[in-house]
Amino acid sequence: MQPITLHSFDGGIHPQENKHQSTQRAIVALPLPAQLIVPVGQHIGAPADVIVSIGDTVLKGQDIAHPKGFVSAAIHAPTSGKVVAIEQRELPHSSGLEGTCVIIDSDGQDQWLEEIANGSQGINDYLDADNDVLIKRIRDCGITGMGGAGFPTSVKMAVKGKQIDTLVINAAECEPYITSDDMLMRERALEAIRGIQILMKLTAADNCLIGIEDNKPEAIKAMEDALHKVHGEHHITVVTIPTKYPSGGEKQLIKILTGKEVPSGGIPASIGIVCQNIGTCEAIYRAIAEGKPLISRITTITGDSVEQPQNVEVLIGTPVKHLLEFAGFKQEKSLFQKLLGTESKPRIIMGGPMMGFTLSNDELPILKSSNCVLAPSQKELPANDIASECIRCGLCTEACPADLLPQQLYWFSKAGELDKAEQHNIADCIECGACSYVCPSQIPLVQYYRHTKGSIKTERAAQDKSNRSKVRFEARQDRLDREAAEKEAKRQARAAAAEKAQAAKKAAAAKAAEEAAKNGDSPATEASAKPEPVDLEKLQKQLSAAQAGLKKSMDKVAEIKAGEAEAAESEKLEVFEKAVATRRDKVKLLAQQVAEAKKAMPPVKKEVSREDIEKKLRAQQDRIEKSQQRLQLAQEQGLDTLPALQKGLDKQMQKLKELEADLAQFDKAGV
Amino acid sequence: MAFMNITSPHAHGGNSTSRIMLLVILATVPGIMALTYFFGWGNLINIALAAFTALVCEALILKVRKRPISFFLKDNSALLTAVLLGIALPPFAPWWVTVVAVSFAMIFAKHLYGGLGNNPFNPAMVGYALVLISFPVQMTTTWAMPFFLTDGQVLSFSDTLSVTFSGSSPLVAGLSDAFSGATPLDTYKHLAKNETALEILQGPLFASDVSGAASGGSASNWFAGGWEFVNIAFLIGGLALLALRIFTWHIPFSLLAALGTCSMLFGWDADLYVPWSLHIFTGATMLGAFFIATDPVTASTTPLGKIIYGAGIGILIFVIRTWGAYPDAVAFAVLLMNFAAPMIDTYTQPRTYGHEKAKRGLATKPDTSDEEG
Repeated sequence: MQPITLHSFDGGIHPQENKHQSTQRAIVALPLPAQLIVPVGQHIGAPADVIVSIGDTVLKGQDIAHPKGFVSAAIHAPTSGKVVAIEQRELPHSSGLEGTCVIIDSDGQDQWLEEIANGSQGINDYLDADNDVLIKRIRDCGITGMGGAGFPTSVKMAVKGKQIDTLVINAAECEPYITSDDMLMRERALEAIRGIQILMKLTAADNCLIGIEDNKPEAIKAMEDALHKVHGEHHITVVTIPTKYPSGGEKQLIKILTGKEVPSGGIPASIGIVCQNIGTCEAIYRAIAEGKPLISRITTITGDSVEQPQNVEVLIGTPVKHLLEFAGFKQEKSLFQKLLGTESKPRIIMGGPMMGFTLSNDELPILKSSNCVLAPSQKELPANDIASECIRCGLCTEACPADLLPQQLYWFSKAGELDKAEQHNIADCIECGACSYVCPSQIPLVQYYRHTKGSIKTERAAQDKSNRSKVRFEARQDRLDREAAEKEAKRQARAAAAEKAQAAKKAAAAKAAEEAAKNGDSPATEASAKPEPVDLEKLQKQLSAAQAGLKKSMDKVAEIKAGEAEAAESEKLEVFEKAVATRRDKVKLLAQQVAEAKKAMPPVKKEVSREDIEKKLRAQQDRIEKSQQRLQLAQEQGLDTLPALQKGLDKQMQKLKELEADLAQFDKAGV
Repeated sequence: MAFMNITSPHAHGGNSTSRIMLLVILATVPGIMALTYFFGWGNLINIALAAFTALVCEALILKVRKRPISFFLKDNSALLTAVLLGIALPPFAPWWVTVVAVSFAMIFAKHLYGGLGNNPFNPAMVGYALVLISFPVQMTTTWAMPFFLTDGQVLSFSDTLSVTFSGSSPLVAGLSDAFSGATPLDTYKHLAKNETALEILQGPLFASDVSGAASGGSASNWFAGGWEFVNIAFLIGGLALLALRIFTWHIPFSLLAALGTCSMLFGWDADLYVPWSLHIFTGATMLGAFFIATDPVTASTTPLGKIIYGAGIGILIFVIRTWGAYPDAVAFAVLLMNFAAPMIDTYTQPRTYGHEKAKRGLATKPDTSDEEG
């Protein structure tokens, strides 16, 4: 095999490594905690659907939540016990948001599910097995990326139609303090290598590069030894890379090992690369060969505030408190605090000191992606001083592994100039924290970038929404204009026709008159003989208007009489009374006319057939069905059109009822 | 148990603004020592006076601006401005020249623009340019002669003090004009109108070596007595800062390269133009290249931008020195390029990881053609 040419990424820093503290002891299994808090949304994608109920007894390895949709992962019971609650709890995440958690009280037996315990779930000849079977097993076992983001592995492996040349295994572990991958490679190198072989088979990659920083000589040796034990051609190479933060960033590691850059906004697969964390490889091996779902992981517990920094095999869902107690966490107290009996809040970090986030309390659980719990002393990681002004020293520019201009981004963020921040590629910031680390003014630069990224996202969403409504509004305006134009055209056509008819009539009348004159008849008698058609509707309208007027006047009179009206109006009592009298007369007259007109009109019977009503009814039912579908869709997607749709549906239902009533009446009448 | 809530990163490298400023001040020490060795106490007195004035001005204006005084005084930035001005001003400059330059630098050039980090122009150079334009006589005739040209006599500390505080030039103070005069650059430029290079170089400023003995005007002596050592001392300080990664190589090297190239192109005819050796090793060249042009606040910030910025200053130094009326040109060259720095930055963005090429120029709004159409 050709020697690998190493490349380098620009920037990067060399923070104190602080890894030796936690590599002094072998990995130990953490004692079983009394209670486990298992969130169903530990991964990128949709949270899994809980399939157990409160009171259920579960066995170790039993699935308790199924993946929902393509990008999701299954969740399993980490030990045997009883489900005591399924509720919303705070998740260990920088947002501090809540998510559904299954709370399991351990029964202390730690009893495996029968089929896992007897090994019948394992696929022994995994290198000859069908890829779909393997991917399904990875999905069923809830394997997600264990390096940080927690992307479902089965999704990453389903790279159909993309030619993969290189499988990059991220074992750089560049963050200070964290040693979980280091210890995993020292103790479980062979399992990890076998997991890599499975990944090679799944991706059909030509070769595999395992990138390990040169500050882990034991791990490098263990991996190389394990490779020697693999028979046959394997095309796997352990590559020792220089220690530099953040060489373990996916993009940076790919650049170091292959010299290629992942396109901005793209994924490694687009340049023929798939990247996986070394811990994930081991988990894959366990899932495939032993049939064991991902229910535990190796987590580093370290920092000066714990007595025994070490790596432990910890069940997913174990409260951090249990881990801290096991490692001998002691809350730091200054002499001053001892005297006063006060205490300050300790800083507990999940992850490393560069990209980890602080936990708000110790009841939060360990997740599939929790590689480290760091409990530093104040001396170790002092709180930042007050930020002073940026002096544009450019140290951040030199440290940035993405070749950004961090200080320009800072000025733009501070000024809220989102377009300029975008122009300076803020989206390519990986939030590694190198810029903040070197900043002499101690400006929390990454915080500024996170805020700006959020603002850009919000603004873009608002922009999209307004664009959509603009399109809708314009379409509506067009339609209204078109309708108005059509109406106008029709009206004009009618007017023209009427004019023509009038002219024709006149001509005919003139002709008739002429003829009559000839015959000696009087045209006037003929005209009067033809009775004007009485417009009943018009009369009725006049009547109701008159009635309304009358009522108004009467009200006014009553008001004045009751002494409620203003003085000025009171004087007009007479006027109002007169008005009442005249209006009453008018109403009487109109009522008479209406009655006469009704009498004169021939009784019109509405010809409504039963079929018509039925037709209408069916159409209405169709409409309702459609609306219901739309409503459901809106509910699923959480659209804000929901209330409007609901209202529309209600109206349609009303109409349907009316139609049904009509039909009933019709039947009644018919019988 | 409730824990502290802070966002990442949690680790910090421990660098600080005050440390950077302090290191830059310390790096000027070799140069100051050389200045004092060759030209006497004048610059030390200037520096002390400038420092006092700068701290008083800074404190006062911070008070007026209702800013925390000790927090900002501790960052050493006012002190650095003062030290640079104290070095740049002529050794026998009257006290009020120093005070005017420093107070103008602190109040107008720095704080009226928003204080540390927000000033578009280098405060020390704004102060320097102000007094150079306003008091040309005091600024051009009060340069000290190196000690070996004054028969080994050096003005004593108290004499220097009295010159500085008599409020006038040494001539007026009744001192021999042997102690003061114009700089070698100025002298050469004026003499070159009438004399050949060899004739000029036989003059006392150029022909004597440190021992005071006339070197006979040999053509090998293309330096000005004492000044080359001052410049070398500043170069050493500057290289130390470079090694400490206080700034990058881009600005000083492109500045020196541009100045060197220009002066070699024209300086081949030393009868008409000042030779390159004098451009590089006299005047404020090294001070300018390593301590003034590198002021991060007012310089360009992108790697390519820094090269353009430094080269621009180098070219302007040559142009102003050669065809301008002033003896030295660092202050004007730096200020002119300060104007250009924001625009240079706009057009020299580096290529970001994962992008095919660099995005340069002004931000373009997202496509709005369909909205307008």
